Amino acid sequence: MNPILQSLIENKPFTPLDATQLSALAANLRLEMFDVLHSRQTGHWGGASSAAELTTALYFNRMNVNPDNPRDEDRDRFILSKGHASMNLYTVLAHRGFFPVSDLPGFRTLGSHLQGHPSMNKTSGVDMSTGALGHGLSIGIGMALASQVNNRDYFTYVLSGEGCLDEGQTWEAMLSASKFKPRKLVYMIDYNGVQLDGTSNDIMPLDPLADKFHSFGWNVASSEFDGHDMNSILDSFAWIDSDDIWPKAVIYKTVKGKGVSFMEGKNTWHGAPIDDDSYSKGRVELLADIEKKEALL
Amino acid sequence: MSVAMREAFGKKVAELGKTNDRIVVLDADVSSSTKSGLFGNEFPERFFNVGVAEANMVGVAAGLATAGLHPIVNAFSIFLALKATDQIRNVFCYNKLPLVIAGAYGGLSDSYDGASHQSITDIAIMRALPEMEVIVPCDAQMAESALEYALTQNKPVYIRLNRNAVPDVGLPFDAAQKKGVVVKEGSDVTLAANGITLSATLEAAQILEGKGIKAEVLAMPFVKPFDVQTLKASVEKTGRLVSVEEHTVVGGFGSACLEALSTEAFNYSYRAVGVEDRFTETGGYDELLVTYGISGANIAAKAEELV
Repeated sequence: MNPILQSLIENKPFTPLDATQLSALAANLRLEMFDVLHSRQTGHWGGASSAAELTTALYFNRMNVNPDNPRDEDRDRFILSKGHASMNLYTVLAHRGFFPVSDLPGFRTLGSHLQGHPSMNKTSGVDMSTGALGHGLSIGIGMALASQVNNRDYFTYVLSGEGCLDEGQTWEAMLSASKFKPRKLVYMIDYNGVQLDGTSNDIMPLDPLADKFHSFGWNVASSEFDGHDMNSILDSFAWIDSDDIWPKAVIYKTVKGKGVSFMEGKNTWHGAPIDDDSYSKGRVELLADIEKKEALL
Repeated sequence: MSVAMREAFGKKVAELGKTNDRIVVLDADVSSSTKSGLFGNEFPERFFNVGVAEANMVGVAAGLATAGLHPIVNAFSIFLALKATDQIRNVFCYNKLPLVIAGAYGGLSDSYDGASHQSITDIAIMRALPEMEVIVPCDAQMAESALEYALTQNKPVYIRLNRNAVPDVGLPFDAAQKKGVVVKEGSDVTLAANGITLSATLEAAQILEGKGIKAEVLAMPFVKPFDVQTLKASVEKTGRLVSVEEHTVVGGFGSACLEALSTEAFNYSYRAVGVEDRFTETGGYDELLVTYGISGANIAAKAEELV
């Protein structure tokens, strides 16, 4: 990790990073995900990479969390509904200080707290276990409603991919969210357009997605944000803060397998082990991206 | 006849809501049937009717549970067990979050609605889930005790409730002990009754008495954790066991009895009373129970086969 970034993320009290810093950090974290997924020969690169900027921005700019008190009742909550992107969440949480970065190579090994899919009672900082797709939004609604019952004031963020949106439970939750209007619930869609078996257009078309949110009674951002551009992500955060109408949905245009050109947009890289040849070629590209972004620090 | 189990349970939930502000209640558009609406009327800010969407209901309940609240989810038992199994297992059981699953209209008690609504596989499903506890009360009073107990647990507890007024057995029962009750002592055969089958089982004991057979009757509401000691002590003495349940004989209470005794050294003979591996049908509740073998006469006949 670049020493400037390292000192920024170790600042106490934590100071939110700006767009340039976040971009460089996300590029570093993406490489770390790639390294561990290659060394472990198991896990999901495509969806971990497509959300690298989103989770980095949430945890290093936006969310009120405290690694020294991970279950703080007033903390903001995050649910990775697309739980197969666990390597993404673990990398972000480790660097945010929830557990040692040296734990990351143990991902998916017997006895590691870093389970194949996130497990809230095993890994510090994980607010909800996920893995079976489609759970996140319902649970997020419950967390947000709990803030009202308990007179607390925190945000609940749920991050889903297309897979979650194929599940019937998500649409039950969509309906109920517009009934209960849970305050400070933000549903973020990592809209990379590719699923396990092929493109979303081939497997199960979701467009026009924003219109669906509208018709379900949601406050959905009128523009689609670029989930790899930190300025765009920070703009989406500004939109979230622009009014008090809930629940809110934000659709982020992303690229599955982002950062490694020959893996981008390919469903075959949803969960395939990264072979040595692809790893060496991919690493060159990811390093170049880091260099480019760190030059702006 | 006592008050219907659902009525008593619904009233108890509303009563406990007054002193326990951690209770939140969710229902899937059957709150007038499950009687969870009684709580909803008193505490609208802690009541969530999610519509006919059991999976979402359990998911929302999980979010509430992570923030220190104790959800009670209400719906027909068959739909909780079949439509929300993923959420119950992967979210509540796996994370060991507190939840009371109030399975209404258990067994054959939604009798006129037919096979689609009759819940005869719920116990097998629920007891297979790690961290889950499964209680099948025999009457309204036992259901209330089960509820009070479940609210002290930081884990999911399934309580199977009956739609109808069932005979009030009035046993000394404290669910917190997680024990069965020896209702009648005997030495020739053990009749282990799960849930509301207790009254038919007591009838069977009377029939057997007339034939000179002394049956020991156990009320066994806890399917999980299972009270091995009470069952073992009785079967070791009698050498004969008849399990009685309002459920398929595949994987439910009878199976739990056999599993519990499988490591014991003594021999015993066994018969299962319950719904055979088949679909049920529409009819009056009492006549359905008789049709599917949950009657004093059939239980006695099964016991006689062993003697």
